[in-house]
Amino acid sequence: MPEVKNRQAVTGAQAIANAMRQINPDVVAAYPITPQTPVVEYFAQFVADGVVETEMIPVESEHSAMSAVVGAAAAGARAMTATAANGLALMHEIVYIAASSRLPIVMAVANRALSGPINIHCDHSDAMAERDSGWIQLWAENAQEAYDFTLMAIRIAEHEDVRLPVMVNFDGFIISHGVEVVDFLDDEVARKFVGEPKVMYPLLDTEHPVTHGPLDLYDYYFEHKRQQIEAMKHVKKVFKEVAEEFAKISGRKYDLLDKYKVDDAEYIMIALGSTAGTIKYTVDLLREEGHKVGVIKPQIFRPFPKNELQELLNGRKGVIVLDRAASFGAEAPLYEAVKSALYEVAVKPQIGSYVYGLGGRDIKIEHIRKAFEDAFSGNLIADEERYLGLRE
Amino acid sequence: MALNIMQLATMFADKHPGITSGHRLCPGCAAPNVAKFALMTAEALGYTPVVGFSTGCMEVSTTIYPYTAWNVPYIHNAFENVAATVSGVETAYRALLKKGRLVDPNKKYAFFAFGGDGGTYDIGLQALSGAVERGHKFIYIVYDNEGYMNTGNQRSGATPPGSQTTTQPVGKKLSGKIQLKKNIVEIMAAHENVYVATVSTSEPMDFFKKIEKALNFDGPSFIAAMSPCVRFWRVNDDKAVEISKLAVETGYWPLYEVERGVYRVTKKVKELKPVREFIEKQGRFRPLLKRPDADEIINELQEYVTSRWERLLALEEATKDKPIR
Ligand SMILES: Cc1ncc(C[n+]2csc(CCOP(=O)(O)OP(=O)(O)O)c2C)c(N)n1
Ligand code: SF4
Repeated sequence: MPEVKNRQAVTGAQAIANAMRQINPDVVAAYPITPQTPVVEYFAQFVADGVVETEMIPVESEHSAMSAVVGAAAAGARAMTATAANGLALMHEIVYIAASSRLPIVMAVANRALSGPINIHCDHSDAMAERDSGWIQLWAENAQEAYDFTLMAIRIAEHEDVRLPVMVNFDGFIISHGVEVVDFLDDEVARKFVGEPKVMYPLLDTEHPVTHGPLDLYDYYFEHKRQQIEAMKHVKKVFKEVAEEFAKISGRKYDLLDKYKVDDAEYIMIALGSTAGTIKYTVDLLREEGHKVGVIKPQIFRPFPKNELQELLNGRKGVIVLDRAASFGAEAPLYEAVKSALYEVAVKPQIGSYVYGLGGRDIKIEHIRKAFEDAFSGNLIADEERYLGLRE
Repeated sequence: MALNIMQLATMFADKHPGITSGHRLCPGCAAPNVAKFALMTAEALGYTPVVGFSTGCMEVSTTIYPYTAWNVPYIHNAFENVAATVSGVETAYRALLKKGRLVDPNKKYAFFAFGGDGGTYDIGLQALSGAVERGHKFIYIVYDNEGYMNTGNQRSGATPPGSQTTTQPVGKKLSGKIQLKKNIVEIMAAHENVYVATVSTSEPMDFFKKIEKALNFDGPSFIAAMSPCVRFWRVNDDKAVEISKLAVETGYWPLYEVERGVYRVTKKVKELKPVREFIEKQGRFRPLLKRPDADEIINELQEYVTSRWERLLALEEATKDKPIR
């Protein structure tokens, strides 16, 4: 493992801003929204100090931020932005256009509850609303992963078999504002890892003029959507390749699913983002009491690592899925995906759905323990949505 | 390089300045000529145009995949964001130039953003205002056909009172749109660090010169082009230029420019024709003309047009040699 030279206590926002500094993108468009704001504030300072050569566009709205990075990326620039919650919702229309234009944009999302009522704290309703937009979704557990994934995202997005935008999700406040120890790569190492951008059909190549964003009627639209679907299928392979290369320079090895004490686990809890850390801690406590428990944290939610999950869940006694977002009138998004994956599993575990933490509500060890205890007593009901930490 | 009319005439005859023949706009539509006039001026002056378009008639009719009527780089993103999109393109240009990664580092680029009146006066105004305030070096051109044509003749902020539209039709009880046309030119001029002008295809020389000025202007430019829609204005398809001319001669569409707050009326009409002439030539005002309150509405419009014309002349006098910035 390479020696650690660059260990610092930073917030998640600083970690991502530093990844952006090392990436030195050509264009960054930015608009403030809590809890994302510090990312672009730190980055703006790098621009102001001449630490990066990035051209920054301080736009008048998130809609224009996404529009401008679409323009910049189409022009041939490596373009990035960051947002959260209502900002992401305001971008929604152009989020789809970015993906369908196959532009390798990377965007950090400090996950926050969507209004209304207005709430500035963490949940996953913002990113889940973009679930089907055609963006790759990476989900960080902590500042370290937020930093690592931002670097990896560039490589995945720009890979010629992929050419899709990537969202790096990191829990608002919990990760964005919480201070943690992060191991940074040397600037040179990081720069070498991300490499020079690979540009396809740049608008500014006037010798070969191209028309971006044409009208695509019923005679081609379907085929173009199919191409996007196929591109998504390449992501898992590319993620693994990029992760392997990243492991060589960092000593940190990522997989599509982060597995904690699952080998012999009879009961597995699945969650996205920072809560996985709390679950791991709880798993340690429960293990001390003799329970065979483990955690799976999808590092990527789109594309969904269905087959990998099936292999891991086959034959377990109980699977508990924690969602930090609701789907009104249907099952919570992560639960729905896991449940659907289990349809084809030979020996199906009991499964249960738990929604928690909406609008920043704390998730505590007791809550996690309670959900595990439901599983231990065989009390998981596939069609029942339960809540953790809700006053009833 | 100076503007050379022979050269422009040849380019126009060649039919390929930026937008080529074979697009699917209605015969007689003024919009493609607005684009052609602008792009051929840029090309004649040695610029390579890069074009952004907002959703609307022009965009849907020129880029039906797998075909395109554009022989210059072209990007369409969405309805309300062409100004933001082109600000991204222009910023990318500066970034890539600085980093030495531009494919054609020696090219003189001209960045154009085109939008219909709906995509400019209404839904796109915020992105436009933001881009102009940030000072991107680009030329925004609104082709103003006074309504949402692509979606079928709905009212926009540019629709004049009394014009028939489908979302504010003239009916038994209501006289259609009651509000006057939004004065987009003044809104844009109020951004101060900008070159703003109105143009009409009926005055080509004036049009070309203003594009030249915009290209030379050190900052953003905004050009409003009168662009009759022959379908929904209910005029024959050889009448776009004629009706545009009448718009200018009645003072309904005064030709002027504002450069950092300094006004200049570029076509001094000696005696304005009555606005009624402009109205009576178009089928879209026919329902209005049948109404008992038609005179009232036309008189109100006439009063507005006259006082605005006088105001423009006064502003020209008052702002002479007094740029805001
Ligand atoms: C967000 C959004 N709302 C509505 C539409 C539907 N739409 C497409 S073009 C258009 C009207 C365009 O009008 P204008 O900008 O005046 O251009 P024109 O078609 O008249 O040339 C509308 C309403 C859209 N594409 N996007
Ligand atoms: S509907 Fe009107 S604006 Fe649209 S192409 Fe036809 S004439 Fe032009």
